[in-house]
This record gives sequence, C-alpha cells and structure tokens, in this order.
Amino acid sequence: MKLTLPNPGLEDRILSHKELDKLEEEEAGDRPKWDNKAQYMLTCVGFCVGLGNVWRFPYLCQSHGGGAFMIPFLILLVLEGIPLLHLEFAIGQRLRRGSLGVWATIHPYLTGVGIASMCVSLTISLYYNTIIAWIMWYFFNSFQNPLPWSQCPTNANLTGFVSECERSSPVDYFWYRETLNVTPRIEDDGGLQWWIVLCHICAWSVLYICIIRGIETTGKAVYVTSTLPYVVLTIFLIRGLTLKGSLDGVKFLFTPDLAELAKPSTWLDAGAQVFYSFSLAFGGLISFSSYNSVHNNCEQDAVIISCINGFTSVYAATVIYTIIGFRATERFDSCLSGNILTLLNAFDLPEGNVTGSNYDQVFQHLNETHPDVIQHLDLKTCNLNTFLSEGVEGTGLAFIVFTEAITKMPVSPVWSVLFFIMLFCLGLSSMFGNIEGVVVPLQDLKVFPKTWPKETITGITCIICCLVGLIFLQGSGNYWLSLFDTYGGSIPLLVVAFCEMVSVVYIYGIDRFNDDIKFMIGHKPNFFWQATWRVISPLIMFVILVFYVVTKVSEKLLYKAWDPESEKFPTLEDKSYPAWIYVIIFILAGIPCIAIPSGICRIKRLLHLEECC
Amino acid sequence: MLEKILILLCLSSALAEQPCKPDASDGYKVRLSIKTALGDEAYVWNENEMFLFRATLAFAMRSHLNGQEFDVSNIIVCDETPRVTFWFVVTSPLNTSGLVDKGVVEEAIRMSRNRINSAFLLTDKTLEFIGITPTLTAPVNPDTPPWLIVFGVVMGAVGAGIIVVLVSPLVLKKRKKNEETDEDEEETGVKAVENGSTREGVYNMSFSDDERLTQM
Repeated sequence: MKLTLPNPGLEDRILSHKELDKLEEEEAGDRPKWDNKAQYMLTCVGFCVGLGNVWRFPYLCQSHGGGAFMIPFLILLVLEGIPLLHLEFAIGQRLRRGSLGVWATIHPYLTGVGIASMCVSLTISLYYNTIIAWIMWYFFNSFQNPLPWSQCPTNANLTGFVSECERSSPVDYFWYRETLNVTPRIEDDGGLQWWIVLCHICAWSVLYICIIRGIETTGKAVYVTSTLPYVVLTIFLIRGLTLKGSLDGVKFLFTPDLAELAKPSTWLDAGAQVFYSFSLAFGGLISFSSYNSVHNNCEQDAVIISCINGFTSVYAATVIYTIIGFRATERFDSCLSGNILTLLNAFDLPEGNVTGSNYDQVFQHLNETHPDVIQHLDLKTCNLNTFLSEGVEGTGLAFIVFTEAITKMPVSPVWSVLFFIMLFCLGLSSMFGNIEGVVVPLQDLKVFPKTWPKETITGITCIICCLVGLIFLQGSGNYWLSLFDTYGGSIPLLVVAFCEMVSVVYIYGIDRFNDDIKFMIGHKPNFFWQATWRVISPLIMFVILVFYVVTKVSEKLLYKAWDPESEKFPTLEDKSYPAWIYVIIFILAGIPCIAIPSGICRIKRLLHLEECC
Repeated sequence: MLEKILILLCLSSALAEQPCKPDASDGYKVRLSIKTALGDEAYVWNENEMFLFRATLAFAMRSHLNGQEFDVSNIIVCDETPRVTFWFVVTSPLNTSGLVDKGVVEEAIRMSRNRINSAFLLTDKTLEFIGITPTLTAPVNPDTPPWLIVFGVVMGAVGAGIIVVLVSPLVLKKRKKNEETDEDEEETGVKAVENGSTREGVYNMSFSDDERLTQM
C-alpha cells in the first residue's frame, strides 16, 4: 500500500543528494553546527529527560500495577517512541531546516503544522520556567539549618503555631503559603508575589545565558545540565538504600498487579507518558538534528536516546521510591508511637510495656476490658500500605512529599541542595529544547530582521516570555499553571505528532524518505521501521488522541484548590472553573490545532520564504 | 486520754494529707517519659529522684517569690503511678495548711522550666506539667533572609556572565580592527587584495612583488 499524495514542486524546494554532499565538503552555508557528537547526544538526552521522568513516571508506575506497568510502557516505547524519534531526527537531518522550515518545504500547505508546533512550544516555555523558578526558590532556601519547611512558624504572641500550619503540616504550609501564597480560588488573583518574581527573573537570566548564541552556548551548558542529574540520582540511591524502609518502597513500586493490564486507561497512560516523555512534536528535536552532518547515523541515535530515556525513567522511579518508602515508614513509626503514648498515658502503664510488636495484643486486651475508655481516645489507624500508596505526582511530589522526607534525613540541607540542583538541571535542559522550538520558527518566519544578531533575538524572546509568565506568579498562579499544563500541552501535541507522521509518510513520500535514509546512513530502513511508520505508530497516535479528547471533554472541569476555610482542609478541594475559563481553554487547545489548516492561507508569503538555501 | 490524743493525731494527719489529691484545685499533674527521652541511658525513678523533684520545685518557688523560704517539705506529692505520673501541691512556708495559688505556681514553673528540665535530663515534651503549655522559643530572624543572599550571589554571577558574553565579541572585533589598520600601514606597494569572506576569490598575482624574480 504505497499511498502517496501528489506533491508537485517538492524537488525544487529541497536540496538534492548531490547538493547535500557538496555542502558537506565545502562546509559552506551559514547553518550552526555541533562541536562534537557528544554535545548533540547530551542535548537530546537533556531535552527528553526532564521533570516528567522524576515526578510523573513513578506515580504512573505505582498507580497502574507497579512492575506490570513496565509491559505497556516498554511495548509502546518500541512501537511509538522510537519510530517517531527516528522520523524527526531523519527529516531534520535531511532537510536541514528547523521545524517550520521542514514542514513548509515538504508542502507549503503544511506550514500550519510548524506554526502549531511553535505555539505549543511557546505555551509550554511560559509555564515550565515558572516551575524552574519555584525550584530555584527552594534551592535558595536550602542553605540554612534547620530547613524552613521543617517546622511551623510561631504565631504572633508565641503561644502556639500558626493555625493554618497546625492543621496541615509544615511542608504544606511552606509550599502553599510561604512559596505560592495561594488564593482560595482562581478568580482571586492575589497580586504578584515579589520573592517568586525575583526567582523567575533569575531563572530566565540563567536560561538566557545558556541559549544566548544558540547551540554554540547550549552545547557547552549541556555538559553539566545533562550529566549532573545522573550523578545526583546515584548519590540519592546510595543514601536511600541505607535508610530504613527504603526497600519496602521499592518493593511496593515494582510489585506487579497484572490485572491492571486489562484496563485501557493503563495503556492510554503508558502511551501518553512515552509520547510526552520523548518531547516529540515540539520541533526542538528536528532543529537539533538539522545541525548534524548529513551522514550522521540518526537511526542509531534514535535507538540510543530512547533506551537512555526509558532507563532514566525506571532509575529515577527506583530512587524516588526508596525515599518515599523511608518517609512512609517514618510516618508509620510516628503514628504507632503516638498511639502507644496515648495508651500509656490513658492507662498509666509504665513505659516500655507497650511496644510496636505487642501493640496489637495489648490493644485487643484493653479494648475488651475498657472499651469505653478506648473509644474516647481517638487512636489512629496506622497502615504502612496506606502511607506508601499516598501516591503523589507533579509538584506535590517534589515540593511536599520529598521535602518532608529530606527533613527527616540527617544533614538535611545537603540533600535538599542536591535534590533541587538535580531538578533545576532536568528542567533547564528541557527548556533548551523548548526555546529552540520557539526561536528557530520565529527566525524562519522572518519576524526579526536578518541583520539583528542572535543575542538580540534570544534576548527579546526571553524578555517577552518572562513578562507573559508573570501570570503564573500571582496568588492564583498555580491554578493557571495546571490549566496551561492540562490543556495547552496535551491535545495539540498529539494532533501535531499525528500530522507529522502522515506528512512524512504520505505527503513527502515513504519511498523518497527511504532513499534519503539510505543516502544518509548507508542502508535502507528495515521492515520494522516501514511497518511502524506507515501503519502502527499513526494508528497508536490516533487512538491515544481520540481517547484523550473523549476523556477530557466528558469529564467535568474541576481544579484542586487550597482553601483554609473549606471543611475538608487540609485536603485540596475540588472547585469548578468560572465560565470565562472555557474561553481560555479553547484558546490554549484550539488555536494550535486551528493553526494547522491555516497554513493554506500563508502560501503566498511562503513562496518568498523558499529563496534562501 | 490516750485515745483522744490518738484520734486527734489521726485527724490531723488525715487533714495534713488532704491538700494533695488527684484533681486538686491548686495542684498540678506531672508526667515523666524517661525511657522515651533517654532510651538505654534511662535512670530508674525512685525515692531519690522524687526528692530531687521536690527540691527543684522548691528552688523554683524560691526564685519566683523572693524572700519566702520554700523547703522540700512544702512540696507535697501524691498518687504516683508506674507510668511515672503524680500530683503535687505547694504549701506556703508562712502558713503550712494554706496552699499556694495555682497561678503563682504556674508562673514559678515557667520561669525555671529550663532548670527543672535540665535537672532531669528531660525536655518540655518528656517532662510534662499537665496544664502548663511550654512557651515556644522565639524564632531567630536574621536581618537578611539567607535565601536573598544566595539569590544575590547567583544573580550576580549570571549577570556578570551575560555582560562578558555580550561584550567580548565587540572587544575582539575592535582589537582585530586595530590590528588590520596596523597591517595596512606596513604593506607598501603591495596592492594585493584578499577578499576574506569567500575562498573562491581569485588571488590576483599581477601586483605581487614579481620584480624580485624577473632578472631583467
């Protein structure tokens, strides 16, 4: 089934193989190049390996049957992740343009795909750097002992602790009140929080200095930002394994529950995780790959990077769960000690009579002899599994659960500093790819005059994103961020990725693509690639997209708010969005998707674009 | 006669014991958790420890009410349990049957809480006076929050870096320009012009110093 849509004029828009070889020999052309292969690999690894590997994958793994989740994850990694990655690398390397240029070259009608890609990259850049600002805030606060989130602040007249903190916990209070200063609902904006504005400016400055000259500077920065997380993860693994209860955590994570495999939501989540984890459809990977030499072995690169990404996810999950196991055990122990103390005090028994091992028998005995006293005591149920399955993901994992675990470790400031440096590096290296996916299309669209130096272009982009990102620094910023994350960064990406596959296979032509790859790496892609590119991967993408849209549309639009006045406090309360939010959701999710067919209107402008190279 | 004296003695001793009882209006309950605090190094609670407690409390009363000479006998203890809890009341040295007011006792204990705790190697949590909440230590608030210092350092380094990266190509360009103008002044008579950007320019040999080679 070799279906190819008619595509006249394609030959005129792309460089032929002979021209590519000539370009390579003479090293003419003004396209930037990687200093060496290591920089390219580290940049791609850094882009793919991000915060999601640390705080989304472990949660998914644990909530979808532990070890059993590996099966759909690995299957979809091979059938969906690797083919898409190879496709993006190969097309970028062949056409030697950024994402917008690539789609415009394949067919002028497809420019919309590039624009959609750019819009999504822009949306994500805006809020992703706010998360990095929060990470920096915690990092700055880690240089003190005791850590500020280890105890509640005292109230005005020193008679007790602040009530909001007493009712929840010091870590919750520090996150929701002292960091975010969160308002009870999204409509109250709460004003800008100056301390986070400072961290935000710092985050954008650090990003600017790393991308100031494009890959010239990024290539140097990735030596640190891509390797440091692995070092820190290893340190944490060694530290974690020596803590009490860590193995319980790891066992809990990997205990397989094969019944989960029958649920479609497991497969859907696995597919979505593979897709988002690989940072596909952002346009950044196509850009990075276009700076390679023509005969670079992109097939090998795709396989290597996919393996590294998968391995990192599993490794990070193990490390995180050793620490979570430790925290759960600590909580269990303190819950049990609390109960024991209550019993001792109520019945005036000598200390040491009731211990962890005989607690149940003693409790049983006392319940039979003095049931009325026991009833009034308000003893808590202590179950280790309950504590372990308090599965948290996202910012809650990093800023609440993990920080609490760190306060219980000796020499806490050191671990805190290490942890937040790791998160910072993970986030920053992903931002390099996001910004690449924004700046290069802007250059292709000729938004900036050609005479302007690269430093100015990146500077202006950073300043504008910094200013727009101020939305997320208000009191209600956290709610805005999760709104952007849920709607701006999910559906458009799936649509763009699906369009990418269809464009390359059916509009560019799979035969031409095969020939190109043969020219670049020396052999034609084998049957596996043919099958996945033509049928399997687009089908998987389509299924995920349909299910995703159906789930999102059918569920009620709620957000979780921190409201000290709610009855369920400190549990987050579900509130529904106000009506005007629906407009914003439509803009976030709809505009990139609408941009795709809009390319048809831009043909005239594009025909002028194709003059260069 | 003897019987009357005996009855009187019993009555008086009974009266003397009455001030200290559980839930006494002017008494406090004390709870010690020695094993929790000290683990393996826990000492056994016995008569001597109780004596120390009464002496420490008398010390606290003396420190608070200057002038009144409280003695160990003024601290009456009762209702001891194996948990190591007991009730105590404080009698006034001026009037042995009168009890010192609850509020005064509380203040005295608050003032010397630290000393009382240290005498027993315990803390506010492990030596509890039920009803007297420990005053929290005022938090140490440094003038500049530590995070601001770290922020300043990082921001300063990044700012300096940005300036260096932006300014260095301009400096290099200026230096190159100066070198080129120097070289132009040195080359006399050689009008060979090299177009630096394209390597496909043809080097025009006609104006190089051929004169040296020609023999004529």
